[in-house]
Order: sequence, then structure tokens, then C-alpha cells
Amino acid sequence: MSAPVTLITGTRKGIGRHLAEYYCDRGHIVYGCSRGDPGWSRENYKHFVADVSNEGEVKPIFSAIRREHGRLDNLLNNAGIASMNHSILTPMDTVKKIMETNVIGSFLFCREAAKLMKANKYGRIVNFSTVAVPLKLEGEAAYVASKSAVEGLTNVLSREFASFGVTVNVVGPVPIETDLIRAVPKEKIEALVARQAIKRLGQMEDVVNVVDFFLKRESEFITGQSLYLGGV
Amino acid sequence: MQQEIVELIIKTAKELGDEELSLSQELNADTQLFGKDGVLDSMGLVTLIIAVEQAIEDRYEVSVALADEKALSQARSPYRSVTRLAEYAAGQMQDT
Ligand SMILES: NC(=O)c1ccc[n+]([C@@H]2O[C@H](COP(=O)([O-])OP(=O)(O)OC[C@H]3O[C@@H](n4cnc5c(N)ncnc54)[C@H](OP(=O)(O)O)[C@@H]3O)[C@@H](O)[C@H]2O)c1
Repeated sequence: MSAPVTLITGTRKGIGRHLAEYYCDRGHIVYGCSRGDPGWSRENYKHFVADVSNEGEVKPIFSAIRREHGRLDNLLNNAGIASMNHSILTPMDTVKKIMETNVIGSFLFCREAAKLMKANKYGRIVNFSTVAVPLKLEGEAAYVASKSAVEGLTNVLSREFASFGVTVNVVGPVPIETDLIRAVPKEKIEALVARQAIKRLGQMEDVVNVVDFFLKRESEFITGQSLYLGGV
Repeated sequence: MQQEIVELIIKTAKELGDEELSLSQELNADTQLFGKDGVLDSMGLVTLIIAVEQAIEDRYEVSVALADEKALSQARSPYRSVTRLAEYAAGQMQDT
């Protein structure tokens, strides 16, 4: 069997970078993107500078994958942004940016990936939500709205893509120490962790474990599911 | 250009075969694709559109999305007939 072809969004840093390096080391051919230059490299890794919500920048990624491999096995829609702010204090521009990156970006990648995956009658898509959705976290209205949309999108696509042999699932991490939560006050994070069944921060390995599970060939009967870490 | 794309669509449909598209007849320029009297069901349409997008990319090296808001509106849908789809694709290619 040839090496799996895996596309991961938001690979410059944080969870996306970790996933990209992890799957490269596991022998995948990994394609990644982010708005900035990654500043790291790996054999078997190819980076595109692209904003996930920009159709014109995204399409060439899929053209390249099709030209170079003729198929795509896995898509991880990791790119995402957040804003911690009371809704009353949240500017419209912030709301738009969050929706564009998290919702429109995920939609666009799912749509284009499914076209490639359908041809091969095989595919695994993992979208990224957060425990802030089930916890109804105050101070993250726009972010939670966007990730709720990602979950809704996942639910419908799991049905639309089922006949293509493509599964679509969601992983919902708890707080993990990346730039995404660096600006959030410590007490806020502690209060959030206190609401988990297992009260600790998440680790990259916790996310990897769930993604690995969704990507397994044997997971062909698992779709449209949201799996939250920490017992939320 | 448009005539060329008409032929490309017909060829693409033929390559997909009756099984993928559940077609009972070969397409021609006037074949009604989708909607009233259309030969394709919605899954067949999705399959054909993906294949045509890829065929256009292979032939012309431009990447188009033949997604359209008016898919389900009978009168203005670009999926109405082979000719209409070719016309629509040619328009999209000019825009990119
Ligand atoms: N860390 C947590 O506590 C946590 C918890 C729950 C869920 N999550 C989810 O996990 C995912 C990854 O988060 P993270 O913590 O790794 O965040 P991060 O450290 O802030 O990294 C975000 C990554 O996404 C890229 N990115 C952002 N906007 C983009 C855009 N418009 N187009 C392309 N790339 C874009 C960034 O690169 P550029 O800036 O170069 O574009 C960066 O590589 C997100 O979906 C997040 O919602 C994280």
C-alpha cells in the first residue's frame, strides 16, 4: 500500500504543526497551509501559503495534490482562530474573521477534499471544534458560534459524503498550551478545566490519539461524531 | 471554446459510464441533464460535475468550481443541458 496523502490546515504552529510533523514521521505525505511561512520543514512535507477562507488561494493546493498523487486520503481542518471577549465588546470585524476562518475555511476544504476522495471511494475528514461548545463558555460567543457551525457542517457532510466512502468527524479539544489561549487569563482556564471530568490541560498527544482513531481504515463505520477530550 | 467543452462533457460522461451516472442514453449537446426531464439524479449530477471540473483542469490547466446557486431553479440552472453547462463553464474559465 502506498503512503497515505494527508492535508492539514494551519500548520505554521500549534496543534497543526505538531500533527504535520507527527504524520510526516509516520510516513504520510503531508501537505499543509497557513497564512504565514512555516519556518520549519520536513521531508515529505509541502507547504502552501494560503488563507483557508480564500477560494483562489485554496484551489491550487488541491490541484497540486491531484497532479502529484491523484488522490487525497486524509484532511484535518485544524486552522482556527478564537477571540476571548464579552459579546458586547466584540467588534464585527472579529466576528467576520472568525466565521471566515473557522466555518468558511472548513467548508471549502471539505468540499474540495470530497471531490478528490470520491474518485478513490475513500477518505477521512476530521474537523476541529472545542469543549467551549458543550460548555457554553461565556466570553467566547463568536468562537462557540463558529465551532457549533463546524459541528453542524460535519453532521450534514457525514451524510452527504457517506456514499463516497468518506467519513467526517469532529475532535473537540480542552485547553492546550498554544498561542490560541495564551491571552486568556489563567483563572479563566482554571475555571474551564474545573468543569472537565478529568481536570488537567490537554496535550498534543491527546488530540493525536483521537485523530489517529478517526483516520484508521477500521473507523469506516464511524462518522458524524463529535468526540470531546477531558470527559466534557 | 464552448463547442470544445460540450465535447469534453460528453466524453467525460462516457468515460464515467452508465454505472456511475445511471444513464440510459448517451449524452448530446441538447440532453437535459438535471431537473424536469433530466437524465441525471442529484448524485449523478454531483459525479458528473466533479469529473467535468477535473477534465477542464487537465485540459486547460485552470481550476473552476462549477457550483451554482441556481442549481435547482428550473429556468436558469446551468445544469439544465449539456450546452448550458458548457456555456457556464466557459464563463467561469474566463473569470479565473
Ligand atoms: N489550543 C487550544 O486550547 C484549543 C482548544 C480547543 C480547540 N482548539 C482548536 O484547535 C485548532 C488549532 O488551534 P491551535 O491552538 O493550534 O492555534 P494556534 O496555535 O493559534 O495556531 C493556529 C494555526 O492556524 C493557522 N491559521 C490561522 N488562521 C488561518 C487562516 N485564515 N488560513 C490558514 N491558516 C490559518 C495559523 O497560521 P498563520 O497565522 O500563519 O495563518 C496557525 O498555524 C483550532 O481549530 C482551535 O480552534 C484549540
